[in-house]
Amino acid sequence: MRTTAHTPKQEGTSSAKMLRAMLGIGILSAFLIVSAFELTLPRVEKLKAEALEKAVFNVLPGTESTRSFGINSQGKIIEIAKGDTPEYTLYAGYDKDEKLVGYAVEASGQGYADLIRILYGYNPKEQVLIGFQVLESKETPGLGDKIEKEERFLENFKALDVRVTSEGLLRNKVITVKQGEKQNAWEIDGITGATISSRAIGNIIGSSTTEVVPVLRRHSLKMDGAKPLEKQAESNE
Amino acid sequence: MNTESLGTIFLNAALVNNFVLAYFLGICPFLGVSGAVKTASKMGMAVMFVMVISSMCAFGIHTFLAAINAPYLQLISYIVVIASTVQLVEMFIKKMSPSLFRSLGIFLPLITTNCAILGVALFQTNKGYGFIESVVYALGAGAGFTLALLLIAGLREQLNFADVPQISKGTALTLFIAGILSLCFMGFAGLGAQ
Amino acid sequence: MSRETTSSVPKATTTDEFIKGLWRENPVFVQVLGMCPVLAVSNTAENALAMGLATAFVLLMSNILVSLLRDFIPKQVRIASYILIIATFVTVTDYAIQAISVELYKSLGAFISLIVVNCLILSRAEAFASKNTVWKSTLDALGMGAGFTFALFCLGAVREILGNGSIFEWALFPEGFQNWIVMILPAGGFFTLAGWLLIINVIQTRKVKS
Repeated sequence: MRTTAHTPKQEGTSSAKMLRAMLGIGILSAFLIVSAFELTLPRVEKLKAEALEKAVFNVLPGTESTRSFGINSQGKIIEIAKGDTPEYTLYAGYDKDEKLVGYAVEASGQGYADLIRILYGYNPKEQVLIGFQVLESKETPGLGDKIEKEERFLENFKALDVRVTSEGLLRNKVITVKQGEKQNAWEIDGITGATISSRAIGNIIGSSTTEVVPVLRRHSLKMDGAKPLEKQAESNE
Repeated sequence: MNTESLGTIFLNAALVNNFVLAYFLGICPFLGVSGAVKTASKMGMAVMFVMVISSMCAFGIHTFLAAINAPYLQLISYIVVIASTVQLVEMFIKKMSPSLFRSLGIFLPLITTNCAILGVALFQTNKGYGFIESVVYALGAGAGFTLALLLIAGLREQLNFADVPQISKGTALTLFIAGILSLCFMGFAGLGAQ
Repeated sequence: MSRETTSSVPKATTTDEFIKGLWRENPVFVQVLGMCPVLAVSNTAENALAMGLATAFVLLMSNILVSLLRDFIPKQVRIASYILIIATFVTVTDYAIQAISVELYKSLGAFISLIVVNCLILSRAEAFASKNTVWKSTLDALGMGAGFTFALFCLGAVREILGNGSIFEWALFPEGFQNWIVMILPAGGFFTLAGWLLIINVIQTRKVKS
């Protein structure tokens, strides 16, 4: 723009006047911004929490209430205090009798166009994934974004095998195979025309479950999967 | 949380998500100065330079704002700091290397309101990049911008000799070419996925 | 940006300040200003409309404030002051949109913040609001804002109808319609705008001839 085209020295205006103008506008801006922020904050937070809750309900069918937890770098489940950044964020979902339905876990990874952020639901009793949702992606509309909508692809996540061996490791890493070539319960049937996007989903879930599922499984074994997670989380500290 | 390698970040910013052709950032100079290859390359250099510097500043501001817990000041401080940085850089270059100043000079003030610069700062914050990652991201974005600018400038130079209908001369034709280039760049998608 | 001088027009009546932004000096189609958001978020009619309204709001508020303060701001620091004022209102708008709908905020993303560097707003502040009364500046902003929103909507509607077979997510065509996926892709933004510019060029050459 023509910002600097004008010479800075001109007669008539003292620097005191310029300072006063800048200060005045600065104070006005600060006032407007802070009041807008304060006014909208409660509603923004409520909306965000609602959106997240909806996603958790979606990947954990039958859930009535949720609590959020984190897994720290030592592989322990912790409660998240404000400002903490755990390795993984997860949400425990409970049904109306306060029984654990499962855990919703957030994961992300490189897709076709940009990072894809997803949420998947894990049922520790059955040792399967029971739901999946894309939280954020910029995949090509009409091609790559089939991972969000295509029924046949989403069918994969109704009961995806993530069993844990007796040593406490994931038995079979989740992987995406070509469309129509799914043979095992831990394979994701891919999408022709969205090969890379569907493979990316496989990779994201694969690497996330390898880390997270054994931890969650150990937990639910220790507490028989029945008691709410919160007690357990406290005893860990 | 972040699993991208530096190479992926660079490729993504430069080719897959090219700032001009996929994000539409920096369209104003793109349409304005893409008439000749020579000016285009200088503009590209100037933009890349400012991008890297403002990306470093943005990282600093973000860390500071996160520390004092004032996220609502993000936008206003980014734009103020970027604008003043450009001015400082301009003065510095003028003093240190008058010849460089003469070749970049007129483009520098123009860059202040280039959306691509602010775009780099905002996107790197959204993606949660660290310092090194931010610089690589800015380099990639700048390289991509220069590439797009050079390509279209070359095409436009050739088109000066083509006989196109009167009504499609000017911006409309440039936009058509940009559209076709954007389609070509889609071929790069997936580079970062493997 | 090279064309921003076109806005310094001969003296006009009050209603004219409003009308001119709609067609004769339409910021998108005629002045080709503020292209980034025009192309980036015009992939559906809804996004385009929301972006247009957000920009119009920022334009209106900053025009009013700049015009109110025009005697208070010394010449040397005026651009810096304008940028501060614009950035303030953009931040306010950003929070307002977040409070209205998370979905909308997600689909517009960082482009709301990028309203700050929309050349249209700064050029109106500099070329018009800093020299005219509050009332005139308000009309000017309303006209320009409406013109900008209208242009964005034209682009968004075409892209959504062809690319997705719908308008405001209402399906328009029978089952068998093959969507032109290219229209929702970035390339489609360039093509649609180029198409509109062509149409306007045709109309204007006709006018000159007759």
